[in-house]
Amino acid sequence: MRAPDTESPPEGGGLSMAHVVEVRGLKKHFEAGDVRAVDGVDVATSPGEYLVLLGPSGCGKTTLLRIIAGLEDPTEGEVLIGGNVVNGLPPRARGIAMVFQSYALYPHKSVLDNIDFPLKAAGLDPQERRKKAEWAAKLLGIDQLLHRKPRNLSGGERQRVALARAIVRDPSVFLLDEPLSNLDAKLRTSARDELKQFQERLGTTTIYVTHDQVEAMGLGDRIAVMFQGKVRQLGPPKEVYSDPADTFVATFIGSPPMNLIDRGDHLLGFRPENFLPVDAINGRGGNVLEVDVQVHRIEYLSGDRHVYATVPSLGRDGAHIIARIPPTVDVPVFDDRDQRFAIHERDLRFFDGNTGERVPPRPVRS
Amino acid sequence: MTVDAGKFSGGMVDLTNKDEVDRRRRQRRRRARGGRAVLYGTALAAALAGAGPFVWSTITSFKANPDLYTKANNPFIFNLPPTLDHWRLLFYESEFLTFAWNTLWVGIVVVAITLVIGLPAAYALARLDMKWSGPLGIAIFFVYLIPPTLLFIPLTRVVGNFGLLNNTWSMVLVYPTITIPVSVWLLTGYLKGIPKDIEEQAMVDGYSRLGAFLHIVVPLTFPGIVAVIVFAFTLSAHEFIYALAFVSSTAEKTISVGVPTELIRGDVFYWQSLQAAVVIVALPIALVFNVLLQRFIAGFTMGAVKG
Amino acid sequence: MSAGVSTWDRRPKRKLADRDDLLAKLFMLPTAVYIIGLVALPFFLALLFSFSDVTTGNPSLDFVGLRQWRTILSSSVFWTSFWNTIIFTGISMVLIVVIAHILATVLVKDFKGKWFVRFCVLLPWTTPVSLAAVSWLWLLNSIFSPIDWVLRWFGFIESNMYYLGRPVLAMGSIIAVHVWRIVPLATVIIMAGLMAIPSDIEDAVEVDGAGFWRKLWEIDIPLTLPITAVAVLFGAILTFADMTVVFILTRGGPTQSTQVLSSWAFFKGIEGGDLAQGAAIALFLFPLLLAAAIVILRAVRHREVM
Repeated sequence: MRAPDTESPPEGGGLSMAHVVEVRGLKKHFEAGDVRAVDGVDVATSPGEYLVLLGPSGCGKTTLLRIIAGLEDPTEGEVLIGGNVVNGLPPRARGIAMVFQSYALYPHKSVLDNIDFPLKAAGLDPQERRKKAEWAAKLLGIDQLLHRKPRNLSGGERQRVALARAIVRDPSVFLLDEPLSNLDAKLRTSARDELKQFQERLGTTTIYVTHDQVEAMGLGDRIAVMFQGKVRQLGPPKEVYSDPADTFVATFIGSPPMNLIDRGDHLLGFRPENFLPVDAINGRGGNVLEVDVQVHRIEYLSGDRHVYATVPSLGRDGAHIIARIPPTVDVPVFDDRDQRFAIHERDLRFFDGNTGERVPPRPVRS
Repeated sequence: MTVDAGKFSGGMVDLTNKDEVDRRRRQRRRRARGGRAVLYGTALAAALAGAGPFVWSTITSFKANPDLYTKANNPFIFNLPPTLDHWRLLFYESEFLTFAWNTLWVGIVVVAITLVIGLPAAYALARLDMKWSGPLGIAIFFVYLIPPTLLFIPLTRVVGNFGLLNNTWSMVLVYPTITIPVSVWLLTGYLKGIPKDIEEQAMVDGYSRLGAFLHIVVPLTFPGIVAVIVFAFTLSAHEFIYALAFVSSTAEKTISVGVPTELIRGDVFYWQSLQAAVVIVALPIALVFNVLLQRFIAGFTMGAVKG
Repeated sequence: MSAGVSTWDRRPKRKLADRDDLLAKLFMLPTAVYIIGLVALPFFLALLFSFSDVTTGNPSLDFVGLRQWRTILSSSVFWTSFWNTIIFTGISMVLIVVIAHILATVLVKDFKGKWFVRFCVLLPWTTPVSLAAVSWLWLLNSIFSPIDWVLRWFGFIESNMYYLGRPVLAMGSIIAVHVWRIVPLATVIIMAGLMAIPSDIEDAVEVDGAGFWRKLWEIDIPLTLPITAVAVLFGAILTFADMTVVFILTRGGPTQSTQVLSSWAFFKGIEGGDLAQGAAIALFLFPLLLAAAIVILRAVRHREVM
């Protein structure tokens, strides 16, 4: 669905290249190289993709987004939109639209004037502007709010105004900088759902920045996990979850994070939900590793049982692990005695002891 | 939708057209350079307009009399060798040093009075919610609307009744009426910006309200206090009409009044010494002001936004 | 009265140091005394003076009704002063706001030598008014003015301009000095307002595609309106109530054409000795300032956005 136009260009084919964002060898250094906000990033989006940049604060995701937007210039590297290098072009020439964490609505203008502002800047005549603004407002369900000022809107309403302002110029790329973090926790889930539906309807390539891995997993077609200016892994949610590229990704994604056990020159990792009481694992489909477990504590969260335990046989100083037992498994677990737990060997992951990078499987039994 | 970038500067560029992209990029660079040029040009013009008179004052203060009093001579260069005569006159033959000393100690005492009286008042207005806080704030604002040029006549009578006519202490007494309202306004805004939690924590820890004020709030208000010190001293040093009305004998005058009245004897203007005085007074104050500018703006913005 | 820390006050008697209501009154007391004693009372004293015949020679307050007021209102010099006060302030403020906005927009940006430029721009305001006026006295001198010298050097004029000798030029000179003096203050205030605009909004404007002028007109100016109003109010009060510039530059001349209410009150009251008339003339300042303040504040109330 596109903004009403006098002539609608045909979909697909040659135009699809124009929706791709690509960065090559992108670096952004501050203070003569001491601070490396972005340290060599190569990413390319597919048309209509929802790409999430995920990472903790300071990992460079927002800087990367701003460089793509044209709000900052890279120290090195190229940004390409639609197959052409856009370095040196101002934001308004790049065909992008951006939604900020604070929504950045103009406080002194009405909702209508906020949405209208980019159209005015583009020099459209009043009739066209009105048409497009009303289309955008209708699409986001805020056409009743056109004459209100931002300070009289709720958080969710403000977000919609920001989105309306973004789509009204029919951009090729959406750039969103943590737009859900200012909403109440309850509102966030429904807003996330609406956002995803909205993007699928429009089909616009979207790059979305967040530090919340739940959001990332829920929204992204692909996730770029970033840390210290570099992309540690780029892949669909399932892949990033089950096959993390290094210990950072493994522990950043997943709640509770992947268990990591120090075994000298390498680390052994496994997800909490794969580690279950031995009675709950059926041996079909490969080898199973069985170990004795000392349970310290059990938490009941949302129907799951989180078991905090140590597995002396696996690691150096009594590996502390968490096991997540779903409600469907009702094997009793006690917190005062040793029990036997098991995990499929195919669910084990191995990481290099020094670099943290993923390495091929090693023998586990001592 | 792509808008012809050539027509509207706010338009998007057809990114599939490489020539257009390049052209837009060059346009932006040209604009940026042009913008820079305008920026530097304006900055230079502003600096000249502001400092020009003072540069000229400095040059003039060293000019020999024949040089200065020749209409055709270039006023910006030394057509005759520069001389220290006029500076010597300023320091040794006029009462300039007396004026400077008076201005200094009056300023310091006035600032002290302003802080001692104004800070608690600001605290009362900002924190201790009393019914009369609002009206009192408005009353203080109204004081602005009754300027010294209105009050100087009756105040001359009042000062006379205190027996302070022709005495520098008259200024110490009266100047706080000018400095206190502004300072209270500035400090109230600043204090409102300090979270109440910190004081409440102090009171839970065992301080009384007064103790919390003295030990916690006052140190935290430091930037605001700096702003007040600078502003109040400036107001005190600049004040003219009260000084002119209250004091007539030379020994009691401040710079503000002393320089224009004493260095002009009848129709004789000691121009070079006058300019020297201007330069000596202006530069230090400006230096201090600049150094503290950040603090001042911070204190001021808080005051303006919250007040 | 101790303000020290005690671990457990066994006698929960409320000391003065804790009585918020008494403390508030105590804190406000000196300020109230000052304002009442040295502002409110003299104000009423001025009112009393204006209805009396007090002079420096005759200090007793004898009631004479509206005599002083009638004399003033029929004096042409008074009306010149009245209108001059308003006109000088009005023109100055317009010029100040425009120039200060331009300067503020420039000075918030980063460039080399910013500190030095700021220092130069601030100089006019940090100098005491009287001294700055003295400098201008020579700069505008009828024979030796350096400004005239430069203009002659460029060939723009033949003989001097007599800035302080011709009525219109004299008025222009007074306005120029006021503008020169107050622009720094206004600039600093507006700069503070510009810096208070959230950076997110600046980014959104860039992404939305607004150029320099649209941004200035539709974003910067509206969002800094409240603080510009503060600058205008301060500037107006400073210009309105100032007598120093007029006193030193022209003494109200030539032929009383640049007289303002404050300076006329001084000449009549202190130099002329007629305290009653001087007080009456000066009293006109208050309603005018009040009107200006109300207008400006009301304009701001309507635009409160943040």
